[in-house]
Amino acid sequence: MNNIIVYCEIDEGAVVDVSLELLTKGRKLADELKCQLEAVVIGSKTDGLEKELLPYGVDTLFVAQEDRLYPYLTLPHASILTTLFKEEKPQIALFGATSIGRDLAPRIASALKCGLTADCTSLEIGEHVDKKQKQDYQNLLYQIRPAFGGNIIATIINPETRPQMATVREGVMKKEILSPGYVGKIKMLDVAKYVNETDFVVQIIERHMETKKIDIKHAHIIVSGGYGVGSKENFALLFELAEVLGGEVGGSRAAVDAGYIPHERQVGQTGITVRPHLYIACGISGAVQHRAGMEESAMIISINKDPNAPITHIADYSIIGDVGDVIPKMIKYYKKNAK
Amino acid sequence: MKGFKIIVLAKQVPDTRNVGKDAMKANGTVNRAALPAVFNPEDLKALEQALRIKDNYPGTTVTLLTMGPGRAAEIIREGLYRGADDGYLITDRKFAGSDTLATSYAISLAIKKLAPYDIIFGGRQAIDGDTAQVGPQAAEKIGIPQITYCEEVVSINKNSIRIKRRLDRGVETVESTMPVLVTVHDSAPECRSRNAKMIMKYKHAQTVSEMQESTTDYISLHDARPYLNIKEWTVDDLNADEAWLGLSGSPTKVKKVTNVVFTAKESKILGDKDEEIEDLIKELLENHTIG
Repeated sequence: MNNIIVYCEIDEGAVVDVSLELLTKGRKLADELKCQLEAVVIGSKTDGLEKELLPYGVDTLFVAQEDRLYPYLTLPHASILTTLFKEEKPQIALFGATSIGRDLAPRIASALKCGLTADCTSLEIGEHVDKKQKQDYQNLLYQIRPAFGGNIIATIINPETRPQMATVREGVMKKEILSPGYVGKIKMLDVAKYVNETDFVVQIIERHMETKKIDIKHAHIIVSGGYGVGSKENFALLFELAEVLGGEVGGSRAAVDAGYIPHERQVGQTGITVRPHLYIACGISGAVQHRAGMEESAMIISINKDPNAPITHIADYSIIGDVGDVIPKMIKYYKKNAK
Repeated sequence: MKGFKIIVLAKQVPDTRNVGKDAMKANGTVNRAALPAVFNPEDLKALEQALRIKDNYPGTTVTLLTMGPGRAAEIIREGLYRGADDGYLITDRKFAGSDTLATSYAISLAIKKLAPYDIIFGGRQAIDGDTAQVGPQAAEKIGIPQITYCEEVVSINKNSIRIKRRLDRGVETVESTMPVLVTVHDSAPECRSRNAKMIMKYKHAQTVSEMQESTTDYISLHDARPYLNIKEWTVDDLNADEAWLGLSGSPTKVKKVTNVVFTAKESKILGDKDEEIEDLIKELLENHTIG
C-alpha cells in the first residue's frame, strides 16, 4: 500500500511543532486518498513518543533508536529513510522546512531520484492533464510555495516519481489531535541494517541552542498594531490572530512608546524592516517612518477607523472599522473556512 | 602543507529584488533575459570562505564552477577579480528547464571531472528559488558528506575540517573528513571587494563562445596568457546521460504560477460587516496568502 509518511523531528526529547502540523495535514490527505498515515522517528530516547504521535491519527509509527542518532546527523538519518522509503514505497513523504528537514530531504530525494519541493505553504490533492503526452494523472500532491523572492506562488507537481516529497514551513498548517485513543502499530527498526559505520564520519563537537527568540524579520505573516489599538489587552487579539494564521506580532513606534509591545517587535525606520507575504496593519495610521519598514510587503491589509489614514494609500485592502470588532471576525471566519 | 584544492559552486541569478512585468514566461519558468543578473549573494559568501583558506594556506587553489547560459561567465570574472584562480562554465541548451535534481546531476559530473579536490563550497540557497537543495543533492550524487549552513571555518588540517553551523535556533560545531561539500549561510561574512590588480589581470578573461563573438583578436592573447581562458563544458564534455537533464530529467513540474506583486496596487475599501470580512478571508485562503 502506498501511504503517506511524515518524518518527525525530535528536539530535546519532544517532537517539534511542524512535524505535528504535518501529521495533522497528513491525516487529512490520507483520508482523501484512502490510504494510511505513517510516521517515522529517529533518535536516542524515543520511548513514550508514540503516546504523543499516535493520537494524530498515525496508523504505523516506525522507530529507529540508537544513542548516536541524536543530535541529528545528516548521513545516518538519510540512510535510514532512504532504505525505509525503498521498502515502504510511500506515495508522499513530508518533512518540516527546518534546518534539519532542508538538510535531510534533498539528500534522500537525490538517492531515490524523485522530485522534492522546498518550503511549501500549502498542500492539496489534485489532478493533472499532460496534453503533450496525452496522459491524465489523478490524486497528485499539489505542492504550493512562494518562489522567486516571494513574488510568485507556484504549484509544483511530481507526476511520475514517488514518493512525492515536500518540506513544509512551520506554522502554516493547523496542529490538531485526531483522537486521544487512536490505535496504531509501532515498528522498531533494526538500526544496524539501515546505517553504515561510514555514516558517522561527521562528528558534532559542540552545540549551543538558544531558546526561541522573537523573529519578526523572517515571519511570512505579520499582524502589526499601532497606537490606535488602544490598550495592551486589545493587543492580545493581535497575538491571537497571529497565532491562528501562523504569523508574528509587530508594532509601530507609537505602540512601543505606549508600552503595548516590546521594542524588539518594532517595525519601521528605527525598528526592523520587514517584507512578509501579508502585513495586517491594525490601528496604524501609516506615518512615513513606519511605512519605510513595511511598504515592500507583498500584501497589506489595514484595519482602521479613519478612512483617510495615510495607510490606506498603500494598503491592498482597507477595512474601515474597529480593531476590537474586526479581528475576532477574521479569526472566526478563518477557522470556519480554512481546510 | 601544499594547500587545498577548493571548488566554489556559484550561480548567476535574476535579482529578485528588482522584478519587472515580463519576469515570467507563459509556461511558468523564469524569463532570465528580462532581469538584471547578479552573483547569488550566498555564493559570494561561499567564495569568501574559500579565499580565507587560500589566504592562510599557500598553494591553495580556488576554482569556480557555474552552470547557466553563456552570459553566466560574468560571475566567473567577478570571482577572478576577487581572488579565484580559474573557472568553468557548464552551458548547453540541453540543460534548459532543469530542476534541482537535474542540476545537481550535471554539477556532480563536473565536480567528478575536477577531482581530486578537498572542499566544495557553495551558498546555502539561491535567491531565485530559495530551495537549498542543489548542494545536498550534489553531495549525495558524488557520495561525500555535506555540512550545511556554514557560518565560519573554525579550523582545517590535512585530514579534516571543523565548521561552525548556524541552525534555526543555535549554533553547532562539527568536524568532517575531506572531501566534503559545505553550504554557506547568510550569516557568514560578506565577500571581499574586487581587487584592482586582479581586475587588470582578468578583465579579458573569456569563454571560447565569447571570444568567437568578439571582433578583436583575443585568440593570440589567450595563447599568450592561458589563464584568461574560462573553460566551457557541454553535455558531451560531461558525458552526461540526456535522460537525466533538462525538462525530461526533472521530476518536478510547474503546474501553475500566480503572480503576487503584479496585482494592481489599488486599494479596496471594505466595511466591518461579517460578509465582507468572510469574503476577504476566503479570497486570502484561495490565493494562498494564508494557509
